[in-house]
Amino acid sequence: MTLLPTIGLETHVQLNTRSKIWCGCAVETAANPNTHVCPVCMGYPGALPVLNKEAVKKTVQTGLMLGCTIALKSKHDRKSYFYPDMPKNYQITQYDQPLCLGGSLEIEVSGRQKTVHINRIHLEEDVGKSTHLRGASGIDYNRAGTPLMEIVTEPDLHSEEEAFAYLTALKRILEYGNVSHCNLEEGNIRCDVNVSVAEADSHMLGVKAEIKNMNTFRGVHRALVYEIKRQTRAVETGIPLVQETRRWDDDQGMTSSMRTKEDAHDYRYFPDPDLAEIALSAEQVEVWGAELPELPERRRQRFIRDLELPDYDAAVLVADLHVANYFEQVVAAAAGSAKASSNWVMTEVMRELSESGGSPADLKVTPKALGTLILLVEKKVLNHAKAKEVFSLLVKSGGDPEQIVKNEGWAQVSDSSAIEGFVKSVIDENPSVVEDYRNGKHAALQFLMGQVMRVSKGKANPKIVLELLKEMLA
Amino acid sequence: MSELALKGIQELRGLLESGACSSREIIESVYARIQEVDPKINAYLKVDVESALLEADAADSRRSVGEKGPLLGIPVAIKDLLNVKGQSCSCASKILEGYISPYDAGCVAKLREAGAIPFGRVNMDEFAMGASTERSAYGITRNPWNLDHVPGGSSGGSAAAVAADEAIVSLGSDTGGSVRQPASFCGCVGLKPSYGRVSRFGLTAFASSLDQVGVLSKSVADAADTLGVVAGHDSRDTTSDRAAVPDYGKSLDGSMKGTKIGIAEEFFGVGVNPEVAERVRDAIDFCVSLGAELVSVSFPHLKYAVSVYYILAPAEASANLSRFDGIRYGNRVEAEDPVTLMCKTREAHFGDEVKRRILLGTYVLSSGYYDAYYVKALKARALIKQDFDKVFEKCDVLMSPVAPTTAYRIGAELDDPLALYLGDICTIPSNLAGGCGLSVPCGFSDAGLPIGLQILGPAFAEERILRAGFAYEQSAGFQSQRTSLFNV
Repeated sequence: MTLLPTIGLETHVQLNTRSKIWCGCAVETAANPNTHVCPVCMGYPGALPVLNKEAVKKTVQTGLMLGCTIALKSKHDRKSYFYPDMPKNYQITQYDQPLCLGGSLEIEVSGRQKTVHINRIHLEEDVGKSTHLRGASGIDYNRAGTPLMEIVTEPDLHSEEEAFAYLTALKRILEYGNVSHCNLEEGNIRCDVNVSVAEADSHMLGVKAEIKNMNTFRGVHRALVYEIKRQTRAVETGIPLVQETRRWDDDQGMTSSMRTKEDAHDYRYFPDPDLAEIALSAEQVEVWGAELPELPERRRQRFIRDLELPDYDAAVLVADLHVANYFEQVVAAAAGSAKASSNWVMTEVMRELSESGGSPADLKVTPKALGTLILLVEKKVLNHAKAKEVFSLLVKSGGDPEQIVKNEGWAQVSDSSAIEGFVKSVIDENPSVVEDYRNGKHAALQFLMGQVMRVSKGKANPKIVLELLKEMLA
Repeated sequence: MSELALKGIQELRGLLESGACSSREIIESVYARIQEVDPKINAYLKVDVESALLEADAADSRRSVGEKGPLLGIPVAIKDLLNVKGQSCSCASKILEGYISPYDAGCVAKLREAGAIPFGRVNMDEFAMGASTERSAYGITRNPWNLDHVPGGSSGGSAAAVAADEAIVSLGSDTGGSVRQPASFCGCVGLKPSYGRVSRFGLTAFASSLDQVGVLSKSVADAADTLGVVAGHDSRDTTSDRAAVPDYGKSLDGSMKGTKIGIAEEFFGVGVNPEVAERVRDAIDFCVSLGAELVSVSFPHLKYAVSVYYILAPAEASANLSRFDGIRYGNRVEAEDPVTLMCKTREAHFGDEVKRRILLGTYVLSSGYYDAYYVKALKARALIKQDFDKVFEKCDVLMSPVAPTTAYRIGAELDDPLALYLGDICTIPSNLAGGCGLSVPCGFSDAGLPIGLQILGPAFAEERILRAGFAYEQSAGFQSQRTSLFNV
């Protein structure tokens, strides 16, 4: 029997609005505990919520990016359960009338395209954060009331790789739309996973488990590997599974039961009487859509079509919004030399980013400097080897490539008569190697070439050196 | 004690404007009266006279530089569920013991802006759940007309304080009659504005879709002036309305001419005590003699009002009261872990009636029961609103008793919550429909207890009910009758 896992994801995304969803407090989760709070987000007696329009806008924009249908009428509901870090002991969320319905996201796994369908996106509030100290618990309500979007997929995913690819693609979209800071360490994106296994051709779903507490996409991947294995073993050996919520322990690398369906909460949803229905006009939605930047897929196609980049380059470059933006600025500074810009960004720049772990904005090499450097190579002022040295200097301390070349005296020598001098002296000094070459030993030419470059201190134009060597040895 | 405490806003304003008295003197007079009569009444939970005197001085100096205003320098007693910055706000519950409010409610901010002085916290049924003020965790309030009787509720402290002249005017809140019924029981004027007319920001929520801040006063004109100050849009309350606030005083022309008064027999057939029915019918006849016209209307869905209310209000309350858990403010029972702390705190510090309503609300919202109770109640609510819409196509105002009885003896209905709930039958419909309502004194029972006439209007027709109420009051004159229990 072949068992197929079926996976659905519920992803919570903190929106990057300036203020909280129901009050004017700043969204500043990193600040000292309980410094960005007020009667509203602390659930004081008599305090009332007022919906932050910006949060609605960003949720709608996410819906538009994922091809959802935007509900022109939606509402908020109260979801009741007691938890110390939830100030009102009910969460204001959207139960049966979410802002966005339907939609989909294209993912690619092992070179294969796949469509993941989105069920819904709704807008709700985040809760506070509990810290358990020795003998005491502390609660920080700075996070309480941070606008939170929940993106729910259909059960379309069938492997941990697909789940990982979905999350990666989703993050890219969220970054493109500037709707979230997407900082995983800060908990900007948190994901709950529903997974079950069943016989591949049965068209039935198995008994599902909901897994919580994964803090990274890698964690989701690992939790799924573990859980699919656990469920598969249970099904194969005939151990009955129960519908339950399980908790992922990242240190131990395993899931354990939190609660079964029997003790599931009854959330007692009902429409929040403090909030009016959300009514949007089609025009408003259109205006918000028009503010969105070009999405990754469209940008990738444009890179291939207009910049004539290979498919591979285009895909790598658009994978990260900031890299793609950086690349486009380099192209502009390099007078449209797209392929050369792509080569530089994909090799030197991305290596630098992966080593430093930073973002392009942190680089001392500005796109303008890199563009200038590329132009210097194209105008044959620099050869490639020297250009790499200039790049290293730019990485260390920034600056202007032209100035560096001038200061270091690295301008490439393309003047044939000067190079002729270097070539002549090398030929004179290495008679035996010259002899080898003439006897058909091709490696000898490489050696002579290297000698000329050494004598010229690396500045000779290699193309001219090679031409002259061949000519004078002939 | 000077006589100032015995007066209403209209008279005091004249004295303040002519310089015959100061705001400080009014506070001093009211405070003396409180000390004199409140040991018998227990209308007040807390009185901070020092800060009130400072605010009175500020009001006096505002006046000295030429400022005028209907409530400038007038003290206003505040029901204990409205937040006043720096003051306690216990909602008459043990669970909020020790809580000091960090902010002003929307209506309180408007009072301050107008130079009125929030003075004293008045008693109520715990979290406004009750109709007799016997459900306060801080002792019962007594009816100034007969100390063995309840003042009504839940704004019983607000009504008793005004009736006993230990407040010039007070703010209450009305979710199902909590302003109008105690006004009727205590023989004062009670105004429940339309839903959305006064900001709910800072009003500790009982049932959010029904709650409205109201006024208890010695005359209709005082109620009109106070509403004019506290009404208006508040950006912090999404449900507060943007409609401009009219000059309510202008609508008080003393005439009843041309007013079409609707009478729905259903309001007299719901266990209304014959004595009450008779006084109310007398009052309506009196209005006719003043030039009003009677129109017979029907209210077929009145019989569902109490059931609908006791599903929807507890449902909303069960969520609204979830925040009282001992974690962030108020009283707390310490425990090993936060969840046990919350459970023990709520167990120990909520009163029985509050627990009963939380349980009711939790039950009707539970999965499997939601459609049968909550959803059905919403449908019935729409029908009741429809009844009102039809009624007000035919008449300008609807007149009825406020409550089926006069103030009952203390303890008489404590053990029978259902009887108590049925006492709200005449007042609840207006909350369900979002309209406005007024309770005006219209006489006394043979036992000497006050009876109120209810004047209902559609949403945002406060001018209409105030005009009718004022014309009736001016000719009938019951407002000038004060309790004689405390005559010096």
